[in-house]
Amino acid sequence: MELSYDIGGGDFVNAGRASSAVKGILKQLNISAVLIKRVVIALYEAEVNVAAHASAGKISVSITKDVIRINIRDKGPGIADIELAMQEGYSTASKEVREMGFGAGMGLPNIRKNSDTFNISSTPGEGTELEIINRLSN
Amino acid sequence: MKVKEIAERTGARMLTGNGGSSREVRFAFSSDLMSDVLTRDYEDAVLITGLSNLQAIRTAEMSDIGVVIIARNKEVGREMVALAERNEIVLLKSPLSLFRISGVLYEAGLKPLF
Repeated sequence: MELSYDIGGGDFVNAGRASSAVKGILKQLNISAVLIKRVVIALYEAEVNVAAHASAGKISVSITKDVIRINIRDKGPGIADIELAMQEGYSTASKEVREMGFGAGMGLPNIRKNSDTFNISSTPGEGTELEIINRLSN
Repeated sequence: MKVKEIAERTGARMLTGNGGSSREVRFAFSSDLMSDVLTRDYEDAVLITGLSNLQAIRTAEMSDIGVVIIARNKEVGREMVALAERNEIVLLKSPLSLFRISGVLYEAGLKPLF
């Protein structure tokens, strides 16, 4: 099953819609609650990151009998130092984002924590791409 | 503890439709930082927060938190109520501060999550 969603940069009203839709689909597929939670927490954090930092983003979700693979690609400032960005507590979020309850430098580490495999790449000035893979094991 | 008792002890009003008052919770977590909420595991938990926006409800949805109390009678938008109802989240609004709600419910037996 292939799904795709657009995310608007700066759009905190709709941030989370894709995660909500994916959660509904995974529930219908009878995937365990523990795995659903890992997938949707990682995806929701990524959606919030796009809303907080980028001008636009695209989510692609691929569900097979073995894995749930999510790709999030955004157009935005990118991340110059990924190692630094992955450190808990490091954040470049604006005051507005912090007022929304985010921007504490916890998102990327939490995405990694909730992924079996996590890949991140970025080109400063162009954007960032995340890959979140979780395996379905019975 | 039943939601009905939580509402009575904190002077809270239930903003979502009927059927939530008999729901039971055992644990509570208080935070205005949704990033922090998203790092924890929840079971039978209530989120107590001073952050009254859509993302507080989204965070509860993703974290499988069934009850949310908004502190200090902050304005709660219609979209928040609708989102909570869609996700079967019981949404309450209390005039008490985050600290007082936490204290009252702790004293009444709700357990901290960690």
